[in-house]
Amino acid sequence: MEKGIHLEFEVSGGNFASAGTASDEIKKHLKQLGIRSEDVRRVAISMYEGEINMVIHAGGGRALADIYLDRIVIELIDTGKGIEDIELAMQPGYSTAPEDIRALGFGAGMGLPNMKKYTDEFHIESEVGKGTKVVLTVYFAENKKSG
Amino acid sequence: MDIDIKSLHTVTLDPDKCKGCVTCMKRCPTEAIRVRNGKAKVLYERCIGCGECIRLCPHHAKKASYDPFDTIYNYKYRIALPAPSLYGQFNNLTDINYVLNGLLEIGFDDVFEVGRGAELISAASKILLDKGHIRKPVISTACPAVLELIMVRYKHLLPHLLNLLAPVDIVAKLAREKALSQGIPAEDIGIFFISPCPAKVYALKSGLGVKKPLVEGVLAVSDVYLRLLSAMSSLKPEQIKPISKLGVEGMQWASSGGEAAALYRDKYLAADGVENVNNVLKALEDNTLRDVEFIELNACISGCVGGVLNIENPFIAKARLRGLRKRLPNGKCNTLADQGKSLDYYMWEKEPDFKDVYKLDEDRLAALNKLIEIDKILEGLPLIDCGECGAPSCRAFSEDLVNGEIPPDTKCPKVIDESAKNS
Repeated sequence: MEKGIHLEFEVSGGNFASAGTASDEIKKHLKQLGIRSEDVRRVAISMYEGEINMVIHAGGGRALADIYLDRIVIELIDTGKGIEDIELAMQPGYSTAPEDIRALGFGAGMGLPNMKKYTDEFHIESEVGKGTKVVLTVYFAENKKSG
Repeated sequence: MDIDIKSLHTVTLDPDKCKGCVTCMKRCPTEAIRVRNGKAKVLYERCIGCGECIRLCPHHAKKASYDPFDTIYNYKYRIALPAPSLYGQFNNLTDINYVLNGLLEIGFDDVFEVGRGAELISAASKILLDKGHIRKPVISTACPAVLELIMVRYKHLLPHLLNLLAPVDIVAKLAREKALSQGIPAEDIGIFFISPCPAKVYALKSGLGVKKPLVEGVLAVSDVYLRLLSAMSSLKPEQIKPISKLGVEGMQWASSGGEAAALYRDKYLAADGVENVNNVLKALEDNTLRDVEFIELNACISGCVGGVLNIENPFIAKARLRGLRKRLPNGKCNTLADQGKSLDYYMWEKEPDFKDVYKLDEDRLAALNKLIEIDKILEGLPLIDCGECGAPSCRAFSEDLVNGEIPPDTKCPKVIDESAKNS
């Protein structure tokens, strides 16, 4: 089996304050591994977007992270209402977030596009009424002296 | 002047006073303290000089490092650099010239107000913000404890950093040029900053952002205070020379939000207190601080008036400065045009050294193995972060074990208690 670290987080629905906990823990691990800071940033941003998505749209879910020598694979799994038209949901600015969430400054329709933009591999599957699964992969650059 | 960085310490411990309680260790924002053999030990490569441990120690066992007052007598021509926060330390003060004249009474030949440098840095900041070369939001680097925190923990935020020197650096340069232009021999000049906090002592002595240190020494407000107070109270009104060239903008830098307000922009935030600063930096890491152009961060609550080397309660000092500010001229007191220097004069001479103090190993595979090992050790720990083992958290204990900082057979005291009960 490939050597790696497996982390699991519960993301609770409707609780904005708890979003970022998983991202924080993962950042800590990556920094201890000495991963290049730009890659840590890409993971942090896409992870946080994923957490917020689950908080807003799915009533929470689970985040699984597997950190390997050359990459991190993050799975965001929820049992929420699912996405009807994934292609549409992937368009920057498209949002189904309710008005009250938008008033908070969230739900600008950049969640999924940002997750795709900041990761190397992006995979999404969703079934209406059942839930959504997003798999993100970020490959780490080789360590340079200057980091 | 040669300084041995290794012998430079932000804080030192009085081992007789240290009771080995875990107060400082638990609250250190960078997990830079361990309790070993019943005494608090600082891991200096992680220390950012914020002074939290000095502030919190119930036994006053932690001391900030600074130069004794008598150091000034090593020089024939002595220049004091008072920070604006100093003016908040005195009761019933209505004219800051009393402070400046008092400094001349206690042994200084000239004074150069740090707040003037702050006004110049504000002007230079505006230019850099407009140029747009720095990634937004731009983070202020005036608080050296914040800059050190970023260096140890958030190095990828480097493109956001305002690459300007601190106000005290600017006035140290200007004061030296002034003295030299008056024909004072270079070796006679001694420039001394009167510091509100240990982070500034360390930054100046180690030469943060500059090629070599710009001052001959750094004194503590607490050490200068009594001398200054008695000198000030014996001064008669007719003896007070109008030396001050400080404006409102420079003065307001002493409190949190002052630096940002001096930029006259709408989209800024100002956070104070090292925990709050940490949270803002974390949020910036996750890209969740949108709509902000400038971030002012101060490690001390209330800003520099909250520094641990001050005498006065920070909130009182802040209130006093509000009163004093009303008596100062508003706007354009210290302009870049007056000084006639290029923008380079105000900028970092070199980038600060970023440190990978949390990296477990240079080799990534070895680091990964250590991480796996840490997770394994954590499974057998109570995860209550009690500090009894001498590390601030169960995770820190496991890290210390894996890094060989403590003997490999070290056991968690709680686990030992538990197994004793069961046997």
